[in-house]
Amino acid sequence: MSLTPSEVARLAHLARLQPTPAEQQALLATLNGFFDHHVAPMGAVDTTGVEPLYTPLAAVQAMPLRLREDAVTEVVDRNANQASAPAVQDGLYLVPRVIE
Amino acid sequence: MNTLAQAQAPLQAPPIRGWEVVIGLETHAQLSTASKIFSGAATRFGAAPNTQACAVDLALPGTLPVMNKGAVERAIVFGLAVGARIAPQSVFARKNYFYPDLPKGYQISQYEVPVVQGGRVEFMLDGHRRSVRLTRAHLEEDAGKSLHEDFAGCSGIDLNRAGTPLLEIVSEPDMRSSAEAVEYARALHTLVVWLGICDGNMQEGSFRCDANVSVRRPGAPFGTRREIKNLNSFRFLQQAIDSEIQWQIDRLEDGLSIEQATVLFDPDSGETRAMRSKEDAQDYRYFPDPDLPPLAIAPDWIDRVRATMPEMPGAMAERFQRDDGLPAYDAAMMTTSRAQARCYEALRAACGAPKLAANWLMGDVAKKLNAAGLDIEHMPVPVAVLGALIRRVADGVVSHNGARSLFDLLWAGDSGHDVDALIESRGLKQMNDTSALQAIVDSVIASNAKSVDEFRAGKDKAFNALVGQVMKASQGKANPAQAGDLLRKALGAG
Amino acid sequence: MSTELHDLGVAALGQALASRQVSATELAGALLARQAALDSQCGPSSLGAYLAVDAEATLAQARRADQRRADGESGPLLGVPIAHKDIFVTRDWPTTAGSKMLAGYRSPFDATVVERLAAAGTVTLGKLNCDEFAMGSSNEHSAFFPARNPWDLSRIPGGSSGGSAVAVAARLAPAATGTDTGGSIRQPAAFCGITGIKPTYGVCSRYGMVAFASSLDQAGVMARSAEDCALLLGAMSGFDERDATSAERPPQDYRAQMLAPRDGASASRPLAGLRIGLPAEFFPPALAADVNGALRGALAALEKLGATLVDVSLPRTALAIPVYYVIAPAEASSNLSRFDGVRYGHRAEPHGDLMDLYKKSRSEGFGPEVQRRIVIGTYVLSHGYYDAYYLQAQKLRRMIADDFSRCFAERCDVIAGPVAPSVAWKIGERSDDPVQDYLADIFTLPASLAGLPGMSVPAGFGEAGLPVGLQLIGRHFAEGQLLHVAHALQQATDWHLRSPK
Repeated sequence: MSLTPSEVARLAHLARLQPTPAEQQALLATLNGFFDHHVAPMGAVDTTGVEPLYTPLAAVQAMPLRLREDAVTEVVDRNANQASAPAVQDGLYLVPRVIE
Repeated sequence: MNTLAQAQAPLQAPPIRGWEVVIGLETHAQLSTASKIFSGAATRFGAAPNTQACAVDLALPGTLPVMNKGAVERAIVFGLAVGARIAPQSVFARKNYFYPDLPKGYQISQYEVPVVQGGRVEFMLDGHRRSVRLTRAHLEEDAGKSLHEDFAGCSGIDLNRAGTPLLEIVSEPDMRSSAEAVEYARALHTLVVWLGICDGNMQEGSFRCDANVSVRRPGAPFGTRREIKNLNSFRFLQQAIDSEIQWQIDRLEDGLSIEQATVLFDPDSGETRAMRSKEDAQDYRYFPDPDLPPLAIAPDWIDRVRATMPEMPGAMAERFQRDDGLPAYDAAMMTTSRAQARCYEALRAACGAPKLAANWLMGDVAKKLNAAGLDIEHMPVPVAVLGALIRRVADGVVSHNGARSLFDLLWAGDSGHDVDALIESRGLKQMNDTSALQAIVDSVIASNAKSVDEFRAGKDKAFNALVGQVMKASQGKANPAQAGDLLRKALGAG
Repeated sequence: MSTELHDLGVAALGQALASRQVSATELAGALLARQAALDSQCGPSSLGAYLAVDAEATLAQARRADQRRADGESGPLLGVPIAHKDIFVTRDWPTTAGSKMLAGYRSPFDATVVERLAAAGTVTLGKLNCDEFAMGSSNEHSAFFPARNPWDLSRIPGGSSGGSAVAVAARLAPAATGTDTGGSIRQPAAFCGITGIKPTYGVCSRYGMVAFASSLDQAGVMARSAEDCALLLGAMSGFDERDATSAERPPQDYRAQMLAPRDGASASRPLAGLRIGLPAEFFPPALAADVNGALRGALAALEKLGATLVDVSLPRTALAIPVYYVIAPAEASSNLSRFDGVRYGHRAEPHGDLMDLYKKSRSEGFGPEVQRRIVIGTYVLSHGYYDAYYLQAQKLRRMIADDFSRCFAERCDVIAGPVAPSVAWKIGERSDDPVQDYLADIFTLPASLAGLPGMSVPAGFGEAGLPVGLQLIGRHFAEGQLLHVAHALQQATDWHLRSPK
């Protein structure tokens, strides 16, 4: 199932990227080449009844989610947190007007 | 926890313009934890912008989420309260989309395997017991806020709310009218507040509803639904659903179709409109969050939580009817909140007269609290004192009117809390000494021959006049009932 | 002795500092001077090892280390200078992850690994070059300049931890931190002739590592000997409550584990009884002859030390490439969504509406390889493709992990093979075909997918006198054993001591 140019455009939009037409062409070629020749073989393997391994240690030990006690432990330094912010005013991050 | 075990067919609400309405609700309840769901930052409302958003909440590079046990515990409490299944293993997934109030570019939520599965919520609707089935309730993180008041054509992003724990409670499409949807929402609100897992403050957004609304010809399959987002008052919920119903019926009757959409309700225009930000078709690319292994909840944890569960309002109301002989209405009123119920039980114990206790709480106490804008926990008169007062009403020492005036004094608080002393000092003790009262009765009969004759002629009004005279002569201290008895005897009408 | 200071490894420097032969300040000064001299002679990108140096910050740390020693503190790492891959966030140095997206970014906190090494007394020399967001195996994908292989400046040093490998091999730092997602420690270590270890997933905290692929990323050490790796790994590893995937285990003394003699071992046969598995799939015809030759020499040396070589099979080795290149980009596409030009990082100016801000900022801030992987990851997670790609890959990942378990349960204690199919290639040689780089990761990906510890140990030289690395893979949490094997080899051979001219 090869990708079409419009699908690549949709993926780029979902990822909030803006490839030039040339870049999109190259992307399409690379993706289709890689998926057709190297990823496709995955589909040939019968994995019925196999549990996905989302985190590697789960292969050797029970990995229950560790929970923290409900306590306030963070001291917030807004200035330090916003030191690298591109645009702030009155402690708020500024973005182009959001229309809901 | 459920008193109504068997399933129940949706109430047959009268069709609107020949259309049946189908409503399902998705409710976001902010959980009352001290810290955020994945970070140790505080959840307090109303702090200065971004002063309660730590590195994790801001999604600074290198930060990772760590799950808050208190949020899980509250989810378990809710699940037990609605008779749901608590999943022994549930999975946190990433819901990927870009929005300025979503710092990571994904929301950590639960998708395929939620922590709370099934359950039902019960409530009364026009005297009928209703039961709405729940699909699920899952844990997720709240987003920040975009402030739209002008920053030179920009929006300002405050991420203090980002990472506040939410329980999203999803109902089945079991509701058939806006009224039923509102009653369901109210019952759910009462429940989460009762359980102490959510402060229920709707102004602050602690409890928000999304309504999925569709219409169909009776008996036809479900129509296409539109989702009304972020309704933060019961009134808006009702208005939004009603206007959405009319909009959908108008369209369908014009031969147009309904497209699935996410809409916002504008309280000013009273209408719903499609959300711009949701226009492009979403593909959230859910996948299990590799930073968070599955959430495991062992049976013994569930048992420990169950042991700490409060009595549910329904069960408590039934107990008040059964053990205290309260009417259904009174029992319901005494269980509108845990504070109310606590106060009622304390008061009943103090005065030994359940019905009187309920009357007082629904009447004089409620009136004064409203006037003073206080809630029941902050009533200035100690429950024990009010109890003592009601006891004196019960045993006839003081009349209800007398008790009322004493309650005013007690409320004002500047005359001490010794009820009996006050009854004495204010001379409000009812005259229960028969001989003294008999004397007054005799003199009243002697000096009111006209009334006596009229009474004997069969005019009941005249009798009331005589009672009034007795009360007057006793400066109101006579027990009206007793005075009446003595009069009747004396007039040979007893 | 300060003339050869830069030739000393971590353990030796620790002793020199302990015996007051040199102070942390002198030591840091000497290495800063060596780096500065190189820059002034050949320009800052001649080797391209460092992305950020701040002499004042380094010397301040060095003075603190000297003060701590004066106050009676001791420890093998107190005052030892090291450098950090620029994927670890640091308070006192900028953190870029090799990307324009984070140019000039200052983290308000230190990564846990950085914090722990500082607590052990190490002095930070600076931040090291890497492929952008650790995506790459050549360091050509650094947004700033490529790092160069000190054995041949026309060749790549490997990646993504290329700067780390270059700094250690070129004697600019005695050791460096690195991160390994699909081979990013082992492969550059092999290409630059140094020793590198990627511990079991969960041994080092990921808190403060700019995330690439969360279920694969793991911090590790790159140094000149197994012993140096052991010393640093002990200090930087251990449970961290800020990382829900970090393993809850007591602190480990890897050096002690490395030195502990095996049962039945003797001075001449320290590896007696050790079974080393050689997967047939790791020695395919396509394996370059020079690499194969060097490996056989190293394996023979291990046999002489008492180890027995056994044939094993990892039948799904080839599948590791698609499995990895589905899972890693999927996680990356989500992990990199936070770079949106709102709270930090590159923001395109001028920009139009919000959508325009997002697209311009991300397209300008991310390089081509990163954008490629974000699109791949978006694809494999998108509606209609998830089951066929992402879910299927995670199931195959389980099968790949099971293959290892079977080998370790039935046939061998350690698995050995090549790190890469060839020696370091020429810069620019493959830039036209990214897939070539993906395919070259074939021998390092399986252990990453299974979360197993892996090492690259110098194993001689191949074509054009370029280093070849021997990969050792152990059971989960068997870092001590891997270090023991590598140490035994390094006691008997001198490949790890060779340095480029």
